[in-house]
Amino acid sequence: MVNTTIGSSKDDLAAVFTQKASLVSAFVHDVKDRTGAMDKTLELLAQKLPLDPQVASEKKIDSSVRILAAPNLDNDGFQQLSDRCRAFPHIHLIRDGLRDFPGGIDMGVTTADFGIAETGTLVINSNYEQTRLATMLCEVHVAILAVSDIRETALSMNEELETLVRQKGSYTAFVTGASRTADIERVLAIGVHGPLELHIILVEEK
Amino acid sequence: MESHESLKSYKNRLDDALDNRFLREAMDKFAVAYRASRENAFAGMDVADLIQQVADIKAAAIADSKALLDQFIRKAKAHGVHVHLADRAEDANRIIGEIAQKSGSKKIVKSKSMTAEEIHLNRWLENLGLEVTETDLGEWIVQLRKEGPSHMVMPAIHLSRFQVADLFSDVTGRDQDAEIDRLVKVARKELREKFVEADMGITGANYALADTGTIGIATNEGNARLVTTLPKVHVALVGIDKLLPTLADALTVNRILPKNATGQAITSYVTWITGPSECTTTPSGKREMHIVFLDNGRKKIAADPVFSQVLQCVRCGACANVCPVYRMVGGHQMGHIYIGAIGLITTYFFHGMENAKNLVQNCTNCGACKAVCAGGIDLPHLIKEIHARIQDEAGHPLQSLLLGKVLKSRKLFHSLLRTAHLAQKPLLDKKERPYLRHLPMIFSPDHNFRRLPAIADVPFRDRFEKLHQPAKNPGFTIALFSGCVQDFVYPEHLEAAMKGFAQHNINVTFPMGQSCCGLPAVSMGEKSAARDVALQNLDAVYLDGVDYIVTLCASCASHLKHGVPKLLKDYAPEKAAAFADKVIPYSVFMNDIVGIESDVSDGANAGRKTAFHSPCHLCRGLGVHNTPHELIEKSGNQYVPTEEEETCCGFGGSFSTTFPAVSNEILTRKLDDVTESGADLLVTECPGCVLQLRGGAAKQGRKFTVCHLSELLYPRSDP
Ligand code: SF4
Ligand code: SF4
Repeated sequence: MVNTTIGSSKDDLAAVFTQKASLVSAFVHDVKDRTGAMDKTLELLAQKLPLDPQVASEKKIDSSVRILAAPNLDNDGFQQLSDRCRAFPHIHLIRDGLRDFPGGIDMGVTTADFGIAETGTLVINSNYEQTRLATMLCEVHVAILAVSDIRETALSMNEELETLVRQKGSYTAFVTGASRTADIERVLAIGVHGPLELHIILVEEK
Repeated sequence: MESHESLKSYKNRLDDALDNRFLREAMDKFAVAYRASRENAFAGMDVADLIQQVADIKAAAIADSKALLDQFIRKAKAHGVHVHLADRAEDANRIIGEIAQKSGSKKIVKSKSMTAEEIHLNRWLENLGLEVTETDLGEWIVQLRKEGPSHMVMPAIHLSRFQVADLFSDVTGRDQDAEIDRLVKVARKELREKFVEADMGITGANYALADTGTIGIATNEGNARLVTTLPKVHVALVGIDKLLPTLADALTVNRILPKNATGQAITSYVTWITGPSECTTTPSGKREMHIVFLDNGRKKIAADPVFSQVLQCVRCGACANVCPVYRMVGGHQMGHIYIGAIGLITTYFFHGMENAKNLVQNCTNCGACKAVCAGGIDLPHLIKEIHARIQDEAGHPLQSLLLGKVLKSRKLFHSLLRTAHLAQKPLLDKKERPYLRHLPMIFSPDHNFRRLPAIADVPFRDRFEKLHQPAKNPGFTIALFSGCVQDFVYPEHLEAAMKGFAQHNINVTFPMGQSCCGLPAVSMGEKSAARDVALQNLDAVYLDGVDYIVTLCASCASHLKHGVPKLLKDYAPEKAAAFADKVIPYSVFMNDIVGIESDVSDGANAGRKTAFHSPCHLCRGLGVHNTPHELIEKSGNQYVPTEEEETCCGFGGSFSTTFPAVSNEILTRKLDDVTESGADLLVTECPGCVLQLRGGAAKQGRKFTVCHLSELLYPRSDP
């Protein structure tokens, strides 16, 4: 009995999270495990249109090349992704050096520390500069989130957030949907200075 | 826009804004859409409770701001932040200029900060030869146009896509289509170069957390993230009012801020920065980080018992979003740097009396801002307080001085009204008796936008004895408070009500010593006259044996109930409270206390489609929303809802004579709304609203008639 309650409430949180994130035009995908998340990432990258470089001075890259940055995956995860990418020579997988791409990269894939169901928000520890740049300079941001890391509201997880924020040099980001503006005639436009698209891959097993 | 603008030149600007068709349409659409999206964002939440939480958190933080600042500085220094304290705007400008020079910065990118606008930071930095680029789309647009923002959250809301396309064509040297998505992409590209080249980034902060030495920044576009990541130096300019004890406090405020601002549940990004973060392009591997705390008068405000609540503002901009005046004239006319209701107040403190003196009069006192304020600030009250303060400092204009003097003596006031009645005789339109066709000299032609009613031949106070029917074993004894407009201009509203009182065996007293309620004096900034009048009324109305003080004027009711105790809190607090306690608006008395049932339902006076205009002082002032609808139904007529039932009619007492053009626009929008509903009849519960609406409907030849609720319930033709 007890387990069902917990299980269903976890599912409920994931459902609310998915609904709220979709409301702000994030795309939420459900996968079973990390392998599924990698597959999904590469599938999204395969569908992506070529990069629209934002800085004219930057040297042109072959339009078939796709730059994929994965700065905050752990070593195992990065290795796994890197193994898979070997089958696709046009994918250029990087882990750092993102300042070399001020004009943008195709995709940044990061893990997210938490999800907040109430608003469909991702909490991402962005202390590491490469994590920050990947989520800012990419055209498509793919965030991998474990279902077990979803909390109800920001206030309900205040202690976990404080632990992140309290550290010296901390840069903690709440990310909700893609970057947006309504500054011209109050018409919503997605993709201003940040990503044009946000995909969230919800992983059932951590 | 700088100091010493005359009222006349300010009015000219208002006229121009009223003529700007794009602005008017954009603002109208926004006002209606905002209402819906805010409601949607808060669906299922207890908004009043949330607002109270925010108000409490902010009020406590203001009271404790010195300790919070010390704590923040300690923490931030330990993280390696350079903290600076700026007493005045110039100090902050100087400090930031020096940081730029010492760090060898030439190019600066900024994310949106109202605090930087407040101190005119860009101008200062540009004078030092630095290149400053705003990176928030709206801010960048107004920067390129060399304007200030016209809204605190949407700085370029006054511009059309075509204007932006023209501007971007100039900037890029290429023709740009007026297609919003494409224009946004132009900004993305143009500004990316700026981010990459920048040496220094400047931001504001929405929150400064003392407990951890953290700043929190909320944005949608993602520009603040780049501003705090790419350049080697980050300067945050933070008003000391942004200090909060903990992250939990900020998270609580952040639950309401974006919802109130734009109807979003949360902004796309909220960034929490605790000291210098990693920056791979500096030798230390860390960014150089400065926080400049700005006072600029905030400490003085915090110490002021009346105005300290001003600092509870979280800069959501909602007070502009719902303001009927803002809606008509836009932000450049409804603020100096800070915009909307809060701008009317803070301009005085941050930018001086000269910049505030015209602005502060441009308020109908409708209370719409107060009803949505995220910080729980009593904005209309403070606007009037500022108005009074400015008059005390700069001298009272003759007109308001006279009004104050006249009101102080009831006898003088009433004999003037009687004399005015005689003086208007030659001016009366013979065929249309109730209206003055030509206006007396004191009014300029502008006021002709509505027909003004004539002063009645016999005021109500002279009719009372005849109308009065002593009740046997009365159910209730009431004191009738007429207010001056009904007493002298619309005695028929009271006459109709008397009929109902008699039918329901109610014992009515009419205290002859009663005077004006005092609200007109408040609205003209004559606080001491308002207080005198309040004391006179307290003396005039004997409370012994009186169950209720009933008034047919919602403005009087709201002022007597809430305004008078505030005015007299240092003079006669208990007496004022006992008095206020008995005050009740007519509709609530008849419906909820007397409990009338279908009173009227005869032929001509029934079955009409009837819209209700809810006086600001009834719905927001007294929290009465549905009672009048019930009475309309009970009168045998059919209540029809209108989209903007609770939007101000534009009367606002002296507002309509100071700013007739704006008043007329608000009125017209209101009448349009009623016309759209197909109503035959428009009913309201305040003689000021009747004056405005009936006069406007007559002038504009509208198809519906306007009357007071009492006239609907007890029409003249009724036997
Ligand atoms: S009281 Fe009404 S008119 Fe005055 S500032 Fe507030 S919303 Fe605007
Ligand atoms: S005064 Fe209130 S409504 Fe206006 S911006 Fe401040 S918090 Fe928002």
